[in-house]
Amino acid sequence: MGILEVKGINKRFGGLQALGDVNLSVAENTVHAIIGPNGAGKSTLLNVLVGKLIPDSGSVMFDGQSVLGRQPYEINQMGISRVFQTPEIFGDLTVIENVMIPCFAKRDGAYRLHAWENTRNEKAIQEQAEAILADVSMLDKRNMHAASLSRGDKRRLEMAMCLVQEPRLLLLDEPTAGMARADTNNTIDLLKEIKEKRDITMAIIEHDMHVVFSLAERITVLAQGTPLVEETPENIKGHPKVREAYLGEAQV
Amino acid sequence: MDAIILQILNGLDKGSAYALIALGLTLIFGTLGVVNFAHGALFMIGAFCSVTLQRMLSTSFEMVDETQTDFLGNPLKVETPYVEAWFGPEVGAAIIDWSVPLAIFLAIPVMIAVGFAMERGLIKHFYKRPHADQILVTFGLAIVIGEIIKANFGANPISTPAPEAFRGAMDFGVLLGFEPNTIIYPYWRLVYFLFAIVIIASVFAFLQFTTFGMVVRAGMADRETVGLLGIDIDKRFTFMFGLAAAVAGLAGVMYTPILSPHYNIGMDFLVLSFVVVVVGGMGSLPGAVLAGFVLGILQSFASMNEVKAILPGIDQIIIYLVAIIILLTRPRGLMGRKGVMEE
Amino acid sequence: MLGLNAKDTSLFIVVIIMVLAAPILLNPFPADSALAQFNAGYPALMQRFLIFGILVVGFNILFGLTGYLSFGHAAFLGVGSFAAVWMFKLLSFNVIPAIILSIVVAGLFSVVIGYVALRRSGIYFSILTLAFAQMMYAIAYSDLVGKFLGTIITNGETGLQVYLDDPQILAGAGDPRVPHLFGLEMNSQTVWSVGGWEFVFQNGYYLCAVFMIIAFYMSIRIFRSPFGLVLRSIKSNQQRLNYTGVSTRPYMLTAFVISGMYAGLAGGLWSAMDPLTGAERMFWTASGEIVIMAILGGVGTLIGPILGAGAIKYMENIVSKINDNILHQWFAFMPEGIENFMVAIIHPFIGKGWHLTLGVVFMAVVIYLPGGLVELGERFIGLFRRKKTDNAPTGASTKPAE
Repeated sequence: MGILEVKGINKRFGGLQALGDVNLSVAENTVHAIIGPNGAGKSTLLNVLVGKLIPDSGSVMFDGQSVLGRQPYEINQMGISRVFQTPEIFGDLTVIENVMIPCFAKRDGAYRLHAWENTRNEKAIQEQAEAILADVSMLDKRNMHAASLSRGDKRRLEMAMCLVQEPRLLLLDEPTAGMARADTNNTIDLLKEIKEKRDITMAIIEHDMHVVFSLAERITVLAQGTPLVEETPENIKGHPKVREAYLGEAQV
Repeated sequence: MDAIILQILNGLDKGSAYALIALGLTLIFGTLGVVNFAHGALFMIGAFCSVTLQRMLSTSFEMVDETQTDFLGNPLKVETPYVEAWFGPEVGAAIIDWSVPLAIFLAIPVMIAVGFAMERGLIKHFYKRPHADQILVTFGLAIVIGEIIKANFGANPISTPAPEAFRGAMDFGVLLGFEPNTIIYPYWRLVYFLFAIVIIASVFAFLQFTTFGMVVRAGMADRETVGLLGIDIDKRFTFMFGLAAAVAGLAGVMYTPILSPHYNIGMDFLVLSFVVVVVGGMGSLPGAVLAGFVLGILQSFASMNEVKAILPGIDQIIIYLVAIIILLTRPRGLMGRKGVMEE
Repeated sequence: MLGLNAKDTSLFIVVIIMVLAAPILLNPFPADSALAQFNAGYPALMQRFLIFGILVVGFNILFGLTGYLSFGHAAFLGVGSFAAVWMFKLLSFNVIPAIILSIVVAGLFSVVIGYVALRRSGIYFSILTLAFAQMMYAIAYSDLVGKFLGTIITNGETGLQVYLDDPQILAGAGDPRVPHLFGLEMNSQTVWSVGGWEFVFQNGYYLCAVFMIIAFYMSIRIFRSPFGLVLRSIKSNQQRLNYTGVSTRPYMLTAFVISGMYAGLAGGLWSAMDPLTGAERMFWTASGEIVIMAILGGVGTLIGPILGAGAIKYMENIVSKINDNILHQWFAFMPEGIENFMVAIIHPFIGKGWHLTLGVVFMAVVIYLPGGLVELGERFIGLFRRKKTDNAPTGASTKPAE
């Protein structure tokens, strides 16, 4: 029984079957990649997982609880964090403030009227935030404006914001899309490092085979809205079905 | 039945004005992505084109009329408008009488020029700024325009009558087979309604049947893609701003006989027109027109004595009430498209 | 001190001193000098500074922190004003119940309006708040609720005030017939003459001052709190915040209600200073003026709202007093042609042209100085500092100005 269980998801947009009977099981403490050619339904699936889209049928269970019909913030409170294709951070705030907000959200829940305390006096939160910044080696940039960071640092910061909440599942939506090769490798290293340091489950939606084969322990191949195979990376490479549906267009 | 028809008719002229202003607002919002709080001011500038032309045409000089004498026995000096001296008294008087419709020819170039100047001089610099900044700077501009008008024309409403021929009212009821005097409708309001229909139809035709309009419509749907095609969308959008300004201006020109213009008229209409745009659906041109007429007619019904007896003052708040209900139940408005102005 | 860090404490102390000493500080010119017309140290104007200061400080908690532009904030000011006058009518002229009720009533209204308006964001939110405010203005101006109930609620165009036959059930026989604080009349004042100067200390002003200080202190606390941090993150990236496990709507609603209650307090104080209140306080140009004050002072800064409110109210007062004669005096040193030319140029902006000046200043601020007066001040200080470091022998590289 995986930590994330997706069963029989269907989603139609007008005449287009975006997802057809998707079943997926992500085991705890693994890195699970979901790949597929453009238009295979990867983004739709992700949007279902984070509560942005409600499927026509099927169920999504996270740790025994249904995810469907919940707001993104509720799903986050259940223990799922999300990394976006382009880093989504609080550009107007400083780096440390960026990390403190998820700390508050983790400690105080979705809403708390703490209008009278001083943020500076929240020592525990500060320490937590500094620790995670040290983890992604950004402590020296703690007082910088987040908007002025380089793209790679923004990615690190976003990662830190997700990790500081100690999520049980980290969803990554094409974390290296549009990156130069060097940046991509940095991101891969960062993710590997993260994986080594803590117990965490990751689900990666990815287009770049290099990233997928560097990180993933299980791979699900999606084609035309349906999962084709679910296998280990070694077995995927030579899989005839995958070759037919996917690898025909890009050699690995 | 006749009472209902009467209220629908009464709502048409106000609805036409709302629709015309809202149409321009939507065009600007849809193409340029700018929220223009100065759009009411454009309507007002149009209205004051009427006033200006009327004053220009009535500009007089003193002429000695040999045929008459004043009470001292001297030849009488009379104020004669230049146009009467140039074209003869009858033609001249007719020209003055028709100053409101004639003001259209003054308003078109003026409004296009004002629109261009506004877009190139101010709005252009705000494309990339947040909507709040756009609202604020155009709001400031609206104040400035209103005050300039006040400084030049005073604070009181200025009466600008319709041509003599349209001053009466027609018995609309008789045409429809009702008793005489049940549905009395002033001619000028009918003229205004027809005028609005013509303008709206031309704008739609222009957008539908010209390449220019096609590009603009495509730009409204997806600005980036159209930009990628190598089409210089900015230049066209400047022109769109001019067009929207002209539409608002013409709406103002012809509205003056219905409501004497004053320096606050722009703001009054702006607030309501914004509500109209929101009800119609941000970015939807047909929605703006539909909502304009619907709200104009609703307002007219709410001002019936029978309704006011039950709910006093409902006519003053009905539009806002409807807007709030619509926004809560149909957040995209009556005909709003998905993905426009949404997070 | 008081849970504030050193910088905030000093800012707070400066504000306290400025507010308490305003009757002296704002009266730099002797009473009989030609420049006395530029004095701002008389109670009626100083009250306005503080009342609008409180209003804009509250508005800034909403707009400055969250970026949600409410275009209908004057509605809460109006609601607070009417609530206060009703307390005068029903209970007594004591200002305390009046002010408490105006805060409560404005709070209730902002819960309802905020709940509805906050279902949308961006431009929709602005238009919804505008629509609500205009609706409330129309209701108050024609006293629709009163007409509906067959009684008087806002008293329409005439405005609401206290009449002799009002119940005033708590009023004692010897109570003053004007707003008072347990017998201390709001409009009574002490005049202190030193040399040619006349300083006026008025009870009403100091009541406003106390509330201003409390309101400002609370705004610092909110700005520096985790709550304030979340509000700023709403402005920065609402999407990220949602995916961070924070439910934005209750935060927004809280901010909206807090700022509505600030506006209610301002309205209550206004009625306490001037117990004849009318619907025009709610008109949307009044809401626009609040926005202008916030922008001019510096949105999202602590001190900006007070500066903005003061600057606008002062300019309004002074600019509308200037006339052509005064201009001629000013430019008398110039040759007559140029003098007349200057007067003709400036003429539209003075006297009744105050709103033109306001509009122009406002546009200029939005275009060139989005950070308002606070940014202007920072630039000045920055210039000064840069010169210093340039001359410094260390040769440390200085950051170029943006």
